[in-house]
Formats: sequence, structure tokens, C-alpha cells
Amino acid sequence: MKVKLLSFGITKEMVGSFEKNLELPSGTTVEGFLEILKSEYPALKKLTSLRIAVNEEYAEGNHEIMERDEIVLVPPVSGG
Amino acid sequence: MEQHINIKLTQTVLSLEACSAFVSADNVGGIVNFVGTVRNQTKGKKVLKLDFEAYEPMAVSEMAKIAQQAIEKYEVHKMAIHHRIGMLEVGEIPVIIAASSAHRKAAFEACQYAIDTLKETVPIWKREVFEDGEVWVSATP
Repeated sequence: MKVKLLSFGITKEMVGSFEKNLELPSGTTVEGFLEILKSEYPALKKLTSLRIAVNEEYAEGNHEIMERDEIVLVPPVSGG
Repeated sequence: MEQHINIKLTQTVLSLEACSAFVSADNVGGIVNFVGTVRNQTKGKKVLKLDFEAYEPMAVSEMAKIAQQAIEKYEVHKMAIHHRIGMLEVGEIPVIIAASSAHRKAAFEACQYAIDTLKETVPIWKREVFEDGEVWVSATP
């Protein structure tokens, strides 16, 4: 299935670009996706924390990713 | 229905007057404003600028959640949360939070809750620009 990945802050530098179109096995969970991503981009392992948002909401590890989801990498936030 | 929350994410200068005016009402006894400013140093190192970026739609929805939660958690009448993005110089204002309530305690507590939670959950990131380089704040240990 096809998904869109957006990377903000330092993760944009770690994965090499702001927007990527990815092909994932159907049934991939957020946790599984993070594993795939961290093995492809080991720099992500250096982050203090890394959360995932799916379609503009934070998603838990067991959340199942669907075709055409917008997935966002959320490294430690620092607003304010 | 009357709006009790006002959320803004913008590239342009924030207005304390606008935030205060939004939360003002005849039935409130106090307004608390929190104004965040760009500090000139971090851990003793001179900061020239801060560059803010946001995942905009989610930043807006998370700020709205915080304002709504603050209203439910404390006896707050209205709350405004305005955040700026882009490059900010020392002394400029990246965030303003305003809360109004019948009695002052609730407004103080709601402002504190809102800024603390914003710093934990709202997808906004800042890069500190130093004389000799740039660093994404809090990204790595």
C-alpha cells in the first residue's frame, strides 16, 4: 500500500527529505513502521523520542496504517 | 454559539491586545496573559535567532485541544493561544496565551497548564541559530 511520509524538524535531515512516498506491506502497524524506518535511517535512533502522527493525530504503536495515510515523524517538540 | 477558544498559528507578529480582547468579558474578574519571548542565550551560549516550524493543521488542532481541556479542567471562561512560526529575533514573541476567569486562580492555573502542555504535545519545532551553527532544540540527548 502507498502512504505519504512527512518529516519535520531534525527528522527531515535524518531521512533526507521533507516528503516521501512509501510502499508498505498492508497491515503494517505504527510500531512496525518505526522499526522499518529506524533500520533504513539509523540516525533516527539517536532521538530523545520519536512519535508518529497519522492523519493529524498521534497514533499508538498498535495502530494499523492504511492505504494513503499521511504519516508524520514527530521528533521532540519544542514550541513556545 | 459563542466561541470560547481562539487559536492562531501565523508567520506575522502576534498581538497581546488581540488575545486579551478575545478573552475579555463582563463576567470575568481577571485575565492572565503568558507571553513567551526569544531569549538571547541558552546554557551560556549566545543565541542570534530562533527558527520555528510546525506541522500546521495538527499544531492548530492540538492547541485547540489544550484550550478546550484548560476550560474544562479549570473554571476558565475563555482562552486564546497564538503561536508564531518562521525566523524570530531575540526579544520577539513566539507565543501568547490568554485566559480569563471569574476568579484569578483559575486563569493563572489554566495559563500554566496550557504552556506546559503546548511544550509537550504541539508539533512545533525550533532551531537555535548561534554564531557558529544551528541546533534543533531538545532533539537528541
